[in-house]
Amino acid sequence: MLEIDNLTHVYGEGPTRHHAIDGLNLSVAEGELLCIVGPSGCGKSTLLRSIAGLIKPTGGTIKVQGELVRQTPANLAVVFQDYSRSLFPWMSVADNVALPLRRKDMTKQQRREAAHEALESVGLAEAGRKYPFQLSGGMQQRVSIARALAYRPALMLMDEPFGSVDAQTREDLEDLVLKVRGHHQMTIVLITHDIDESVYVGDRVVVLSKAPAHVVGDLKVELPSPRDQISSREHPDFVHLRAEVGRLVRGVASV
Amino acid sequence: MIKTLVKRLWLVPVALVAWELITRAVDDPFMPRPTVIVARMYEMWFSGPLILTDEAVDNFAPSIIRLVGSWGVAVALGIALGVAIGRTAWLSDYIDPLVEFARAVPPPVMFPVFLVLFTMGTQVQVATIVFGIIWPILLNSIDGARNVDRLQIETATVFGVPASLRLVRIILPAASPKIFAGLRLSVSLALILMIVSELKGATDGIGYLLASASDRSDMPALWGGVVVLGVLGYVLNTLFLMVERRMLTWHRGARRTA
Repeated sequence: MLEIDNLTHVYGEGPTRHHAIDGLNLSVAEGELLCIVGPSGCGKSTLLRSIAGLIKPTGGTIKVQGELVRQTPANLAVVFQDYSRSLFPWMSVADNVALPLRRKDMTKQQRREAAHEALESVGLAEAGRKYPFQLSGGMQQRVSIARALAYRPALMLMDEPFGSVDAQTREDLEDLVLKVRGHHQMTIVLITHDIDESVYVGDRVVVLSKAPAHVVGDLKVELPSPRDQISSREHPDFVHLRAEVGRLVRGVASV
Repeated sequence: MIKTLVKRLWLVPVALVAWELITRAVDDPFMPRPTVIVARMYEMWFSGPLILTDEAVDNFAPSIIRLVGSWGVAVALGIALGVAIGRTAWLSDYIDPLVEFARAVPPPVMFPVFLVLFTMGTQVQVATIVFGIIWPILLNSIDGARNVDRLQIETATVFGVPASLRLVRIILPAASPKIFAGLRLSVSLALILMIVSELKGATDGIGYLLASASDRSDMPALWGGVVVLGVLGYVLNTLFLMVERRMLTWHRGARRTA
């Protein structure tokens, strides 16, 4: 589904030169929910922006469904951390969700229905006519998830999607992601700096090193499903895995 | 509703009465009484078969058409050029200094130049108004288009929003608070330049009426023109604010909660 081969990226040159990613290899299977964790500033966002075709990496290749990424692949959607800037404040919630569908071969009526359906699946069926500023932060992030879902991507990238909401909302949104992935056949790559979150949400957790980033750990998460905020987090495997990931993130690998 | 109107407007009749009393006391032919001015305005302009007299129709209409037409031209040109410059890095590097220079020229200064350059009449007037009011629109459009949030552009890129749609649904709305700030300035400037451009070389228009009343030392007619201009400016500004309020509802809402 997603193949990253020897990815390298360097920003700028001279004294401001920043080596963000160094020889990163990663492959993600169809339908997988992969969490990528790493210390702050390690190049996670650079990785995501490279996959999304928003920046051109200085070296290596990225393939989505066998196609080399040169610009944003048509079957890819992104949920950004900063929902307040990524949602368009001058459009109603429904228009925000429906706008990306303009490139698809759909009538106005079909677009409207698809937007409504997506909003319904994130629990915001009634909010279509509102404007983003009339919603809470957590609800706004639900809207951007709905926008990505309505687009029906094969690959959904999520860049620290729950980094700007409170703890309770965060748990709700984590469960929302687990719920919607069951309904939609898609591969999800979720970037986070939260170790517990990566283990709770992911099928697999990949740990990146400090910049320049490369893969230092790749762990399979085999927790009983459906996952549950209380019982999954007290499961011995969860406790063991989060310790493992924690050590890897801090750079004291034990394996 | 009525209470707030009374609260906001009570000073107007008070000022009018004071004006009447002062002009009666001073009794200067250059300071005619408001009642005289109103009587004169009625006789000249508002006593026609359909309220307006021929003189009113023949002079008010051309002025308003020039004003609105020139404003429309300046708005279309200013926004189109501004967005093009603001969204194209190399273009703005070249053009910025030129724009900074051109807008520093006081607009009325160009009027005599245009008098020579263009055919006397509407051409000169339109050129004067457009040249005078385009700068705030252009500069604000450049600024607004240049500073569209990068994440908004990236979101459009990721979701494959086509270029034309991106302009209409993303760049223009994102720049609109800035653009409207420029438009607001241009409305009042347009009225000033309309009058300036009609004072010389015109054969009709409110400015022409003012100039000829001044030549005849006809003070009530001159003051009548001033009153008409005041009302016109007030109406235009009110209309503009109504449109702005509608278009920027989202902006005020987003700022309040931010």
